[in-house]
Amino acid sequence: MAASILTVDDSASMRQMLGFILKSAGYEVVQAANGEEAMTYASEREFDMILTDQNMPGSDGISLVRSLRTLPAYGRTPIIMLTTESSDEIKSRGRAAGATGWMVKPFDPNRLLEIVRKFVS
Amino acid sequence: MAIDLKQFHDVFFEEAEEHLSAIERLLLNLDVTRPDPEDVNGIFRAAHSIKGGANMFGFTEVSAVTHAMETVFDGVRGGVLDISGEIIDTVLRGSDVVRGALAAQRAGHDVDAASAQTIASQLERIASAKRRASPKGPAAAAESPAPGSAEVAQPPVPVRGVSDEAGRQTGVSAEKPDSSHDFGFFEENLPAPSDTASLARGGEHAGAEPMTLGGTHAHGAAENLSIRVSTRKIDRLIDLVGELVIGHSILRREHEVRMSDSVDTMALGLANVERNLRDLQDAALAIRMIPIAFVFNRFPRMVRDLAQKLGKKVELTMAGEATELDKALIERVTDPLTHLIRNAIDHGIETPEARAAAGKPETGKVTLRANHQGGSIVIEVIDDGRGLPRDSILAMARERGIAVSDSMSDSQVWQIIFEPGFSTAKEVTDVSGRGVGMDVVRRNIHEMGGRVEVQTEPNAGTRISIKLPLTLAILEGMSVRVGKEIFIIPLSYIAESLQPTAALLSTVAGRGQVVLVRGEYLPVVSLADAFNLPGDAQRSDEGILVILEAEGGKTALFMDELMGQHQVVIKSLETNYRKVPGVSGATIMGDGRVALILDAAHIVGLCHSRLDRAA
Repeated sequence: MAASILTVDDSASMRQMLGFILKSAGYEVVQAANGEEAMTYASEREFDMILTDQNMPGSDGISLVRSLRTLPAYGRTPIIMLTTESSDEIKSRGRAAGATGWMVKPFDPNRLLEIVRKFVS
Repeated sequence: MAIDLKQFHDVFFEEAEEHLSAIERLLLNLDVTRPDPEDVNGIFRAAHSIKGGANMFGFTEVSAVTHAMETVFDGVRGGVLDISGEIIDTVLRGSDVVRGALAAQRAGHDVDAASAQTIASQLERIASAKRRASPKGPAAAAESPAPGSAEVAQPPVPVRGVSDEAGRQTGVSAEKPDSSHDFGFFEENLPAPSDTASLARGGEHAGAEPMTLGGTHAHGAAENLSIRVSTRKIDRLIDLVGELVIGHSILRREHEVRMSDSVDTMALGLANVERNLRDLQDAALAIRMIPIAFVFNRFPRMVRDLAQKLGKKVELTMAGEATELDKALIERVTDPLTHLIRNAIDHGIETPEARAAAGKPETGKVTLRANHQGGSIVIEVIDDGRGLPRDSILAMARERGIAVSDSMSDSQVWQIIFEPGFSTAKEVTDVSGRGVGMDVVRRNIHEMGGRVEVQTEPNAGTRISIKLPLTLAILEGMSVRVGKEIFIIPLSYIAESLQPTAALLSTVAGRGQVVLVRGEYLPVVSLADAFNLPGDAQRSDEGILVILEAEGGKTALFMDELMGQHQVVIKSLETNYRKVPGVSGATIMGDGRVALILDAAHIVGLCHSRLDRAA
């Protein structure tokens, strides 16, 4: 069975693109447009990995990571933040929230797939 | 794996346009003395979002300008930079440049890198003219708990002169910072299981406030109620429904031919299908309806800029923005509306001095209103300016060789402003340089199956009303017969019908036949003659007259017989054959025959120009 990935981003074009990249590589992809949707999907089923944008209106990626980690099924799930900024401050807050890693936007699709493959088959 | 990101461009362009509209709207509403932090943040977010996508797709100019806009508003929301009229104007110009750059990208043209660079520099200059060195209190703290923390915005992806074709294709930006810094992992959070690590993490988060699930589920669901659909898919759906309607008509007619009118299952079945079809058709057409706010929203900015440019004070009020109309109409009504509003400000509203001298408030009012009336939508542009001067219009018309007479009714005189050749030199040097005249406005509206009417009062103002059908796809019409041919007349143009007697008809030298109806002499057009067909009616009392009413006049059409009233599915003659004067489309009747739909406005217009020239 294909590994499932939850992608979270408020931009439809980013969601489409991420979805395309990941599906072409054989993953099952579910897209969420914001933190609340993501939490809803995450609590309904267990994803193998989560990719989330950092800068979103309402609650940002870091608070989503924090919330996801409180769910029993997601204590150890790989969660990667996609962010336009790679400031030390964002990184340390992400780390403190429990994110597994981060990646800067714009990213190289192949690099993204490398990272995903590192965590899911 | 080589990925062509071009397929995602369209969605990005649409998103970016929405963000740009939001930025403009928020900017225009901003109170310079007490800016709403929500609005400021909204502008920041919108610029940031565009920048994100621009970076992803390699649109460097857009990225540079939006980054500069973002920096400016990061300063404003952090309390380090005070908002001012100059800032608003500059950011508005910035959003124009971004829009231009996006349009160029979309069309495959070269982007004006120079103007992007200029406006970006201007914005960066504004952003760096800070009031304080460090951000103040709560606004900044929302983003970072640490005091005196560094700015959130990172240095921009640098704008380079050399375009990066390969980079754009694959999404790999040549301007990316050092690649060793573009991702990383937090060792302690890696999923390699370790009891102490997970315990520690669990402990750390015990006190964290989780997002509530139950309450937000509904909220999340409500937010996701809409999706983007290509209009081509919707058009296909509507075409299919149209074919179904025709197919049903054929079946029903077949049934009527075979059966008597006793109630039977077939008839019930057909009636049921008909009801469902109508509902389906309404639902399909409703998909294409969008609120006219999409058109109206561009006007506050335009009015502001134009009033400034012309040295006038204008207040724009809008009403009925939620009124919906067909997407195709929305696109086509934008240009005419723009021209009418421009006119209202340019020619209608007087200068503040002139207004004061006339005892009016210095600030002129322009109102834009839309509402449904029956099966149509009515859009009005109303100004409280100087009104249309009847005598000047007649004089100018004579000067330009347009046939007029002093006995013309007011509404006929106002229609003169739509005559080709009437546009004054002033109008042609349009502020947008496009040279759109009122004649093009009226033509555009007619092509949409609509009509435009003018009401005016000297010194009080002018009201221009545009009436449009709710959709371009179907039409309420009266089917009529001339010999063996069937024509459809749009119901909205029919004033009445009557059986003419020889006594009412007369021939006027040089004018052709006229008929006396309610004290008025109306020109008579024989459909048989107009379309070169053999009609049945030889004498006037053997046929029937249908009185058409369009802007500025009435005409009587003579034909053999009235058949009935129908809702017809409009098929374009132009796309299937070519444009035919006097005919606005075609449809397929229940018996499979093709019926031409008459262009009533055109016919009335022809008659009256013929008449007026003879006068």
